[in-house]
Amino acid sequence: MTAEEWYRADRLPHIYCAGCGNGTVINCTLAAVEELGWRREETVFISGIGCSSRAPGYILTDSLHTTHGRALAFATGVKLANPGLNVVVFTGDGDLAAIGGNHFIHACRRNVDMTVVCMNNMIYGMTGGQGSPTTPPGAFSTTTPYGSGEPAFDLAELAIAAGANYVARWTSYHVKELVKAIAAGMRTPGLSFVEVMTQCPTNYGRHNRLRRVSDMIEYLRTHALLVQKKERLVQEGKTVPDEMFTVGELVRRNRPAMGVRR
Amino acid sequence: MMEIMEGSHAVAEIVKYCRPQVIAAYPITPQTHIVEALAQMVANCEIDAEYITVESEFSALSACLGASAAGSRVYSATTSQGLALMFEVCFNVAGMRQPVVMSIANRSLGAPLSIWNDQQDSISLRDSGWIQLYAEDNQEAADLHLIAYRVCEDHSVLLPAFVCFDGFILSHTYEPVDMPTQEEVDGYLPPFVPYQRLDAKDPLSMGMYATPEYYMEFRYEIDRAMQRAKQVLVRAGTEFSEQFGRDYTGLVEGYRLDGADTALVAMGSICGTVKDAVDEMRDAGKKVGLLKIRTFRPFPAPEIADALRDVGTVAVLDKNISLGNSGAVGTEVKAALYGSGIRVLDYIIGLGGRDVRKEDIAKIVDLAEKGEGDMFYGLRTEVL
Ligand SMILES: Cc1ncc(C[n+]2csc(CCOP(=O)(O)OP(=O)(O)O)c2C)c(N)n1
Repeated sequence: MTAEEWYRADRLPHIYCAGCGNGTVINCTLAAVEELGWRREETVFISGIGCSSRAPGYILTDSLHTTHGRALAFATGVKLANPGLNVVVFTGDGDLAAIGGNHFIHACRRNVDMTVVCMNNMIYGMTGGQGSPTTPPGAFSTTTPYGSGEPAFDLAELAIAAGANYVARWTSYHVKELVKAIAAGMRTPGLSFVEVMTQCPTNYGRHNRLRRVSDMIEYLRTHALLVQKKERLVQEGKTVPDEMFTVGELVRRNRPAMGVRR
Repeated sequence: MMEIMEGSHAVAEIVKYCRPQVIAAYPITPQTHIVEALAQMVANCEIDAEYITVESEFSALSACLGASAAGSRVYSATTSQGLALMFEVCFNVAGMRQPVVMSIANRSLGAPLSIWNDQQDSISLRDSGWIQLYAEDNQEAADLHLIAYRVCEDHSVLLPAFVCFDGFILSHTYEPVDMPTQEEVDGYLPPFVPYQRLDAKDPLSMGMYATPEYYMEFRYEIDRAMQRAKQVLVRAGTEFSEQFGRDYTGLVEGYRLDGADTALVAMGSICGTVKDAVDEMRDAGKKVGLLKIRTFRPFPAPEIADALRDVGTVAVLDKNISLGNSGAVGTEVKAALYGSGIRVLDYIIGLGGRDVRKEDIAKIVDLAEKGEGDMFYGLRTEVL
């Protein structure tokens, strides 16, 4: 695939641990870029801070590696200054939903024309595995040694409620579907939010009885519930298990958007 | 009891003995080991405290401010970008006179992104009304927390404090630490008695609007409290020395300054390296000494002038740079020695984790003696 041309080979080896899901997500994003036929000179990758946010460093385009949580605010500036650019944000659950939560809802509300890919590994990976706003209740982390006692955010639902034009969720297991979703998001004017449930074997799996990478991927596969299936269960009056999360295209709509190329 | 402890764990352990009632922190390298250890202690019911896993440093310090205003002893820890994000709240904590104690595992500020040590983060908040104490080693990092709570909560002070210790160099290094017992700490640090607190039965408002007729007086009062903090620090340090046998009586500390022609001035872990370098230079017949600044705010200008009165040349080591001027410590030492005729030269060193070795200290002394200074030391000119 030509996406190889998009990698900065001189930045290798990368910082990701063995078995990390971030490489899969970067690869799927570049596959979508390729599908759309974007050119490197017209594309900018923007990120905050975290393992996920290191992604733009490995891609050969202009990029802004900004401060923790603020990628969307920086990206809004870039896009409005130059709507001709394709703007993609890589972010993590901590970056997006904890310290950057406010920017997240406001970027969705304004519906700024960009694609936001969130690698949700349910933990602060880079800093060593502290609980994040998406750490599931009961899950172990270095700041929740007896299991998290707080409810978790559903990031996709948050984006829908706040107004994003395109919202989808997949996992690092569903690579084909993920590429399609990112490409569909890139085609949709306005803010596209693609949440990718992904594995952090080092800082999540290790503490949560998912020691092998394959255990984590199996966990993601078996806990993903196709949105159509969920709707069927609801219609049939059946209960949807709490620990499952929906996957699929969750919203595609045409609210007024900002920064759309004319 | 003497234990081999990681700097972060020594800090967490001593904070536990200080009995904070509310701890709020957001993880950031190299502070994480402190707050992870405290989260564990709270979860294990080793401390009777609330641990809030807030969503940012901004929230961490805001929650601490709220909890302190409600009458609790509070604790937080951060560094670098996290402290930068707290900038606004820092001024509020000091302005509302809340005795918050916060550890700073000193780290450089981006951009470019760096996780390594210098002291730019805390130095950049020197004007915020927080007492700033700098530790040379893990023992001092632990001890200064006890002193900080004592001083901050004193009703003649009522100010917050940073206890600064160099990220990685101390936070991730194992050293022997003489850890006091809970009883010993209780004997030194009484329970927190708020001067005022939010109380529905006796309502009061904090942080309200001050018109130009009042604002300056508020700032003046904070500054006066800073000045009073000097005596309180000396008293708390003296009592600490009496109880624990480790000497914190001075705001500054001289090392082999007797008969010195040239004095180095430094803060934090670099002082350990400087002491070794001074020993070697003294062995070689050079008359060199060190003045360690432990208390950077309130700034001990008269104490510095007094300690350095007999030297001819002063070389200040600054792990920070006030861009467009020079290092913060150098600038203030020059002001402290103004009119004394002593030559003061400033050296910007060790930014973003650049290693500083004994040989470098010796070279800086040579430069100072030749009158060459007010410069970045150790630049790699080949990459400029
Ligand atoms: C203001 C600020 N606070 C804290 C940090 C420390 N920090 C760096 S990455 C990170 C969390 C990363 O978690 P997430 O966004 O989920 O990304 P991941 O590493 O898991 O991909 C934190 C807390 C920082 N860099 N800046």
